[in-house]
This record gives sequence, C-alpha cells and structure tokens, in this order.
Amino acid sequence: MELNEFITKFADQFEDTDPADITASTTYKDLDEWSSLIAFSVIAMVKVEYGKTLTGAEIRHCSTVEDLFNTIAAK
Amino acid sequence: MKAFIKGISYYLPEKVVTNEELVKEFPEWDVDKVYAKVGVKERHIAAENETAGDLAEKAAKKLFEEYNIDPSSIDFLILCTQSADYLLPSTSCILQHRLGIPTSSGALDIDLGCSGCIYGMALAKGLISAGIAGNILLLTAETYTKYLHPDDKSNRTIFGDGAAACLIGKEQGIAEIGEFVLGTDGSGAENLIIKSYGARQRSASGVETTDDDGHTNREDYLYMNGSAIFNFTLEKVPPMMKELLAKSGTQDVDYYVFHQANKFMLSTLRKVCGIPKDKFYIDLEHTGNTVSSTILIGLKDCLEAGTISSGMKVMTCGFGVGLSYGATILLF
Repeated sequence: MELNEFITKFADQFEDTDPADITASTTYKDLDEWSSLIAFSVIAMVKVEYGKTLTGAEIRHCSTVEDLFNTIAAK
Repeated sequence: MKAFIKGISYYLPEKVVTNEELVKEFPEWDVDKVYAKVGVKERHIAAENETAGDLAEKAAKKLFEEYNIDPSSIDFLILCTQSADYLLPSTSCILQHRLGIPTSSGALDIDLGCSGCIYGMALAKGLISAGIAGNILLLTAETYTKYLHPDDKSNRTIFGDGAAACLIGKEQGIAEIGEFVLGTDGSGAENLIIKSYGARQRSASGVETTDDDGHTNREDYLYMNGSAIFNFTLEKVPPMMKELLAKSGTQDVDYYVFHQANKFMLSTLRKVCGIPKDKFYIDLEHTGNTVSSTILIGLKDCLEAGTISSGMKVMTCGFGVGLSYGATILLF
C-alpha cells in the first residue's frame, strides 16, 4: 500500500473538490464536501481496492488523510 | 418436487411523502444530492391506524384478484414482518381468517427484515418439497416508518412502507425457485436494532448515545449503524453470489434483483460484484426501501416492464437486519 496512490483514490471519492486540495496532511473532515456519504465511498474504496474493512469509528477518530492511510496500512 | 412462483402483487399505502416535504423539516438537506445518492424521491407511509397486517391483507387481495386465485385453494400462509399487529398471536393467524383461507391451512410469521423474502421462498420450497403443503401464500409487509424518530433524517429518507404477496405452488408457474444460499451473523445484531419494547427491555428507556459515525443511537427507535451494515453487505454478498452460482451449476445469470436498500449501496455492490449496469435492477424512486417487500416489488415491476421475461435466470438476494442474508436463482 502506497501513500500517494491512496491519496489519489481517496480524492476520487469527491466530486466537487479539486484533487490538488487533498494532500497527506489534509484534515478531511474540514473539506466542504465531506459528508457521511463520502465516508461510505471511502469505506467501499478501501474494501474494493485493498480488501480491508475500514470502520466508521476509524474514519471518525482519524484526522488527516495520512492518519487514515496508516490506520488501513496497519490492518 | 419443484416449487414455482405463480403470481406476484404488491400494495403501497396511500399517503406519500416527497423529498420536498421532508426538506421542510430539514432545511440543511439538499434534495437533489440526497436523491442522487440514495435514489428515493418519495415513499409511501402507512396511516396511523394501518398496520403491516392491514397492508399484507391488501396485497394478498390484490394478488387474488389479479391472478383469479380462490383463497380456499391455499393450504399454507407465511407472513414475513417485524411489525406484527400484536405480541401474540401471529399476524398470519389473523390473516388466515381475514383472507378466507381454509382453517386446514398452516400459518406462521417469520421475523426477518431485508432477507425475509428469500427465507420465505426457501421455507415455501421446503414445505412443497416435503409434501407438507402445495399452494403457499407468502406475504411480506413492513411499516418501519412507525419505528423512526422524527429527527432521524437518514432513515426517514430511505425507508417506506409496503407489502407484497406471492403465491408459490408445485405445478407450473411464472418462475421455478432454484437453489438457495443462506447465512446469518448474529454478532452484528446491534447494528440494526430496536432495543426497547421486546421482552429484554419492555418499555421505553429514553437512552440516546452517539455511534461511530456520529449518528444518534436511540434505544426506543430503529437504529442502524450505516457503515457497519455497509461493510457487512460488501463482505457477505459477493461470496454468497459465487457460492450460489456454483451450487446452481451455472455462470450465466440474465438479471439481478437485489434487495433495494438504497441506490448508493446497490451501485457499490454492483461494481464490487462485477455485474453490468444493464443487468442490475435499481429502482426505489417511488417506494424507498420497503424492507422485505423490495425484491417482490422489483420482480413485479420488471415483469410488467418486460425487463424480465420467460427463459431468463434471475438472481435475487436479500441482506440486512439480523444480520441475515440469503440468495436464490429464479428461472422464469
């Protein structure tokens, strides 16, 4: 699992947000477009792309995109 | 002995609540965006004094009328509901009388939600195969909207009330019921639950907590942990499909009618399972998620629209509260 690839896939879940605005240090919950449905898209992406289960609690407790990446990578 | 579906009908309560009406209560809500994601424009809501038993009765009477079925020909009644009219007796017993089904018939309720239609078909096939019954009325009826807290925007958006009726018999019909794969994971029971009003907690507790997704979990109302249910579905459904294909000795399915949970979940599931868009049914625009009735409603609409026709193999699959899941292939 590679960080930059994850960031691209994470950014793909957004429709209106410029991918350039999403970096490793982005606090994703601060993004205007962030919503529970985007969170579901991220859960599905993690399941499909990495075969891992990301929970709602983990999304809630992580802060940056890199935090999330580390949480998933550790599974 | 083979089991066949002989007819399908459904009934939706008269009252309709549109997204425009809902948005008046939730001004922060974006009608178009939510419609795009969950796929619901309007949902039918049972009247204050209208129960799942009442809806089931109307669906059954519609079936009798539409297919010219004499209730006296029925020898077993299965009702799938989690909104029984009374704690006891079974609503199916009340419906036997109200529908004029012979007293020599068996009748029972099955307490399942979104997987219930599949389990109902499995039971019916079993009863027929064993020679216990020959003409079975399967009813699915739900009034989940009565369990929703007025502030529960997510679930009020998704769920609608409704009932469906299906006659399953041993002679020829419109579709042969094929093999089944069923599954249960009770470890996830608390992810979709109403804690109060059962034997363990007989009255309202007033307890409210915040869940992992930041949503309010109210013990006295229906609670759904969305992300947990989503993960459960993505984990269980794709292998269940593979198992069913292997068990059925086929790889070619012409069409897929899954439980209509919400558009977003179905689209994700479709992609994960690698099913082409044109073979995968998604339509809950005018009904919302009617729980155990979505599959029968979908099959009926597809038959009427000509999407499903004679000679087609259709995979149906239900998943949800329990947590419970099941799938079967219907040969039209």
